[in-house]
Amino acid sequence: MNTEVTNINANNTVELEHGHGAELKTFGFWIYLMSDLVLFSALFATFAVIGYNYAGGPGPKQLFDLPYLFTETMFLLFSSVTFGLTMVAMNGNAKKRVITGLVITFLLGLGFIFMELHEFYGLIAAGHGPSRSGFLSAFFTLVGTHGTHVFFGLIWIIVMISQVVKKGLTDGVRSRMMRLSMFWHFLDLVWIGVFTVVYLLGVL
Amino acid sequence: MRKKFYDLGKVIGLIVITAFLSGCSKMVVLNPKGPVGSEERFLIYMAFGLMLIVIIPVFVMVFWFAAKYRASNKKANYDPKWTDSAKVEFVIWVVPILIVAALSYLTITRTSSLDPYKPLPSNVKPVRVEVVSLDWNWLFIYPDYNIASVNELVFPEKTPLSFKLTSASVMTSFFIPQLGSQMYAMAGMQTQLNLLASDTGTFMGQNNEFSGHGYANMHFKAISKTPAEFEAWVKMVKQSPDSLSMKTYEHVSQPNVGYPVTTYSSVAPGLFNHIVGQFMEWMGREMKMKHMKMNGKPGSGPMNNKIMEDN
Amino acid sequence: MFGKLTLSAIPYNDPIIMGAVISSTVLGLIIIALITYFKKWSYLWNEWLISLDHKKIGVMYIVLAGVMLLRGFADAVMMRAQQAMAAGANHGYLTPHHFDQIFSSHGTIMIIFVAMPFMVGLMNLVIPQQVGARDVAFPLLNSVSFYMTVAGAGLIMISLGIGEFSNTGWSGLAPLFELKYNPGSGVDYWMWAVQISGVGSLLSGVNFFVTIIKMRAPGLKLMRMPLFTWATLTTNVLMILSFPVLTGALFLLTMDRYLGMHFFTNGMGGNMMMWNNLFWMWGHPEVYIVILPAFGIYSEVVATFSRKRLFGYKSLVYATAAIMFLSFTVWLHHFFTMGNSVDVNIFFGIATMFIAIPTGVKIYDWLFTMYRGRIKFDAPMYWTMGFFVFFVVGGMTGVLMAIPPADFVVHNSLFLVAHFHNMLIPGVLFGYFAGFHYWFPKVFGFRLNEKWGKRAFWGWAIGFFVAFAPLYVLGFMGMPRRMSHYSVLAWQPYLIIAAIGAAIIGLGVLAQIMQIYVSIKERKENMDVTGDPWNGRTLEWLTASPSPEYNFAVIPKVEDIDAFWDMKEKGIAYDRPKVYHDIHMPKNTAAGLIMGVVTLGFGFAMVWHIWWLAIVSIVALIATVIKVAFNDDVEYVIPAAEVKKIEDERFRILAENQDKNFMNEVKGGTK
Repeated sequence: MNTEVTNINANNTVELEHGHGAELKTFGFWIYLMSDLVLFSALFATFAVIGYNYAGGPGPKQLFDLPYLFTETMFLLFSSVTFGLTMVAMNGNAKKRVITGLVITFLLGLGFIFMELHEFYGLIAAGHGPSRSGFLSAFFTLVGTHGTHVFFGLIWIIVMISQVVKKGLTDGVRSRMMRLSMFWHFLDLVWIGVFTVVYLLGVL
Repeated sequence: MRKKFYDLGKVIGLIVITAFLSGCSKMVVLNPKGPVGSEERFLIYMAFGLMLIVIIPVFVMVFWFAAKYRASNKKANYDPKWTDSAKVEFVIWVVPILIVAALSYLTITRTSSLDPYKPLPSNVKPVRVEVVSLDWNWLFIYPDYNIASVNELVFPEKTPLSFKLTSASVMTSFFIPQLGSQMYAMAGMQTQLNLLASDTGTFMGQNNEFSGHGYANMHFKAISKTPAEFEAWVKMVKQSPDSLSMKTYEHVSQPNVGYPVTTYSSVAPGLFNHIVGQFMEWMGREMKMKHMKMNGKPGSGPMNNKIMEDN
Repeated sequence: MFGKLTLSAIPYNDPIIMGAVISSTVLGLIIIALITYFKKWSYLWNEWLISLDHKKIGVMYIVLAGVMLLRGFADAVMMRAQQAMAAGANHGYLTPHHFDQIFSSHGTIMIIFVAMPFMVGLMNLVIPQQVGARDVAFPLLNSVSFYMTVAGAGLIMISLGIGEFSNTGWSGLAPLFELKYNPGSGVDYWMWAVQISGVGSLLSGVNFFVTIIKMRAPGLKLMRMPLFTWATLTTNVLMILSFPVLTGALFLLTMDRYLGMHFFTNGMGGNMMMWNNLFWMWGHPEVYIVILPAFGIYSEVVATFSRKRLFGYKSLVYATAAIMFLSFTVWLHHFFTMGNSVDVNIFFGIATMFIAIPTGVKIYDWLFTMYRGRIKFDAPMYWTMGFFVFFVVGGMTGVLMAIPPADFVVHNSLFLVAHFHNMLIPGVLFGYFAGFHYWFPKVFGFRLNEKWGKRAFWGWAIGFFVAFAPLYVLGFMGMPRRMSHYSVLAWQPYLIIAAIGAAIIGLGVLAQIMQIYVSIKERKENMDVTGDPWNGRTLEWLTASPSPEYNFAVIPKVEDIDAFWDMKEKGIAYDRPKVYHDIHMPKNTAAGLIMGVVTLGFGFAMVWHIWWLAIVSIVALIATVIKVAFNDDVEYVIPAAEVKKIEDERFRILAENQDKNFMNEVKGGTK
C-alpha cells in the first residue's frame, strides 16, 4: 500500500518539475497585473479627488484635443490587434510573421508614445505643466504612469524580437511572449479607462 | 552589593507607588470638566466593562488550562480527538458578536450626539472662537468681541464654546483634554468643535498632532472663568495696546517657538477667512465665493474633497 | 557631480550620531576583517549571498531583521531616556530635531525593516516545506525581493551618517513632509527606503501566493492546509492588494517633492487629507500583514505543544479570512478627528469593532486547543502564553479606540502608542520569536537553549509591561505622543518607569543574544537527529534537520489535516520510497544581489539629486533584467544516485536514533 503511494508520488514529482514552469509564471504574472491594476486604481482615485482642482488654471475643456487623442488611442488599439495576430502566428510556428508582427506592434506603440510626449510637450510649453494645479498634477501622473508602462512594454518587445531571432520559438520564448501579450492587452484596457475618465468625461 | 540592589528596589517601588497614587487625580481625561468629556469618559468605561466579559475568561482559562493540562499531570484527561464542538463554537462566536452589537449601538447613538460639529444645547448664547494653528503657536480670535489672544484661551464657564479651526501651516490637532474631543486644524479648510466647561479652572490645552520642530512647545492655557470675570477680561483686553493688524499677524505667524501670551484689542476684519482663503487662491473666483458661504465639514466621505464644490 | 551632496551633510558636530556611525563602521570593519581572516568570502558568496535556496534566503532575511531590531531598539532606548529626562527646565540630551528623527526611524525600522523581513524570513524557512514543495514558485524573484529589502535598509543606515532622517513619523504627515516644510534629505531617505523595500514586499507576496496556490503536495487541499500556511496566504493577498497603494502614495509624494506637483500640498489644488486616506489604505492592512503570520505561528505552536489537533480548525480558517477582508474596511479609524461626517465615523468605527469578533474567536480556539491536551512548556509556548495574556488587553484598548467619540480624547496620545505597541510586541514579535525558536532546529539541525530562551521571554514580558502600562496611564493624563520635551511635571514619574521597562526589555534582548551564543556552543548536546524535535504535526517536520536543499526527495502525499502527524499515526512517516528521481533545482545567481546594489545606488542618487548616477542605475537595472531574460540555463540537476546517497545517510541516522523518534510513540493513535 505504502510503496504504491510513494510510486505515484514519484511520478507526480517528475510531472511537477517539467510541466509547471510556464504555467506558474503565467499565473504569477497575472497576479502581478492585478496588483498593477490596484496601483492604477489608486491613481484614478486620486484623479477623481483632485481632478477638479484647477487652481485658477485651465481645465480639460481648454486643454484636450479629442480628435488628436482619438488618433493616439487608435495607435494603441491597433497595436493590440497586431499583437493578437502575432500570437496567432506564434501558435502557427511562423517565426518570420512573429517578427514582423512584433515590429509593427512596436512601431504602433512608439507612435502612441510619440503622440503622448508631443501632447505633454505642448502643454508644458504653454505653461500648463504638472506643477500648475492639482488637476494637472493628477493628469500628468496618471497618463504618464501609463505611458511609462508602455515604454517598458516597448523595451520588452525589442527584447522579444531579438530572442525570437536568436533562439527561435522555444518554450521559454513562447512563455515570455504569452506574458508580454497579457501585459500589452492590460495596458490597452487601462488606456481605455484613462481615455474615458480623463479625456472624454473631462471634455464632455 | 546586595544592599545596593535592595535600595534601588526601594526607590523604584516608592516611585511606582507615589506615581500611581498621585496619578489618579491627574488623569485629566478621566476627570472631565464638561459634558462632552463626561460622555466620552462614560464610553471608555462602558467599552472597558463590556470587553471584560471576553477578557476575564481568557485570563482564567490561560492559567487554569496551562496548570491542569500540563504534560506532567498524568491524571488530567487527554483527549486529542476533542477538536470540534458546535456548542463551544456557538458560544465563542455569539458572545463577541453580542458585545460588538452592544458597542455598535453605543457607537451609533453617541457618535451622533457627540458630533463635534453639533452645537451644545444651552440657554446661554455660545461664545465663538476662531482658532488658528500657527508654527508653533495658537491664535484665538473672538469675532463677537473683535479681540484676539495668542497662546491663551479664556472663556466663561457653563457657556457653549463654538470653535472654528484652521491652520496657517501644517496639520495640527486642537485638544483641551479636560473638556473632551480634539479636532484637526488644516490649512485651506475650516473644521469645527463645540465644547463646554462646567466649572472654572485652568486647563491644559495642546496640539496633539506632530507638526515639526516646535511641536513640543505648542501648548496653551485654557482658562475657564465665571461670566463676570470673563467680561472683565474682555474689557481688559480691549485696553490692550496691541492690535492684530495684518502686519502684526504676519509677525506672529512667522515660525517661532514659545511666543509670549499676548492679547489684542482689535482684529483686522475678516482675518480668519483670509487665513483660510490664502490657500484657496487657486480655486478661482466662483469656487471661492461658494467656499466662503459654506459652513459644512471638510469631508462627507473618506475621500473627502467635496469641500471645494458642493458643500 | 554630487548633486546636493556636500561634506556638510555629515553631522560631525553631533557626538551622539557620530558615535553611532563610528561604532557601526568599526563593527562592520571587524566583521569584514574576520571573514577575510578566516577566508570565508567565497563560502559566504557561493553558499549564501547568491544562493536561491529559500531556506538560506530566509535565514538572511532574519539576520537582517535582527540587525535592524538592534538599531530600532537603540532608537527606542534613546527616546525613553530623553522623555524620562526632558521635563520642565531640563531639555534632555537630544535636540528636538534629533528626537524627531529618532521616533520616525524607530517606527519605520520596526515595521518595515524588522517585522516585514522577520515575517518574510519565517515564510521562506517554512512555507515550501509546509506545503510539501522543493522551493518557492520564483526562486530568483525571491532573491530580488530580499535584496530590495536590504537596499531599503541600507538607505536608512546611510541616512545615519550622511544627511538626516525624516521627522514626519513612520506614516508620513501631510503636508509637513512637503518640500516647503521639509527641504532636507530626511523625507527623501524615508520615502525611497520605504518605496524600494515595498516593491520587494509586493514581489514576495506574489511569490508566496503562487507557491501556496500552485505548488502544494498532492492531497493538501485548501481545507487541510496548516494554519501558518493559511495565515501566509491571507497575508499575501493583503500584500498584493495593499502594497501598490503605498507605492502609488509614495510615488505621488515623489512627484510633489521632485517635480513640484500638488498632490498633498496645502494650496494649488493639493489635498493633504488624501495622504491620510491613501497611506492608511495600505497602513491598516499592513498591521494585519504582520500580525496574521504571527497568529499562524501561535496556531502551530499551541497544537504542537498541547499535543492535540487545533480546536475549531474551520473556525480558525474562516476567522483568518474574515480578518483579511475586514482589514480593508477600517483605515479611516486612524483619523476619526479629521472632521468626517457622523455616518462615515460610525461606519468605520463599527467595521473596526467587527475585526474584534474573529480575533476573539481565534483566542478561544487556541485556548480550547490547550483544553484536554498534554501541554509541554518549551520556550515557544511561553511566548504564546504571554501573547494570550497581553494581547487581549491590547484588543480591549483597540476596541475602545474604535468608538469615535472615545477616540476623540485618546487619539495621538501615549494611550495610542501603548495600544499599538501592545499589538505589535506581544502580538507580532512574540509570535515571531516563538516561530524562530520553534523552526530554528529545522534550519540549523540543533535546538536553541531553553533556559536562555525563557529568560529572554521574561525580560521581554516584564519589560513590556513596565514600559507600556505607564503609557496607558499617561494617555489618560493627556500626554500627546512624540514630545521631545514637556512641562507637565506629573508625567515624569511614569516616563521614568517606562524607561526602566525599556531597560528590562534590553535584558531580554541580551538574553536572546546569549541564547544564540550558548546554543551554538552547546549544539552537540541539542542535535536534532530525527528532523522532528517537538513531535510536530505538519509536513516541514518530515524532512531532515537541516533539510536537504531539495527538501523532499519524494513529494509526500497528504491525507489529512496535520499531515505529518497522520503519517506518524499510520506508521508510514519514515518509509523509504522504492526509487528516487533526478531533481531539478535553481542555479545560484548574483542577479538579485546586483539588482539590490543597483537599486541602493538609485535610491541614494535620488535622495541627493545625483541625476547621472540615477540614470546609470536605472539603465543597469534594466540591463540586468534583460540579461536574466536571455538566460535559459537556470536549473541544475541533482542525479537520482546522489539523492539516494543523501537519503541513505538520513535513514542511517534515523535508524541509529530510534529512541528519539516520536513515531514509535504516536503510531496507531494515542489514547
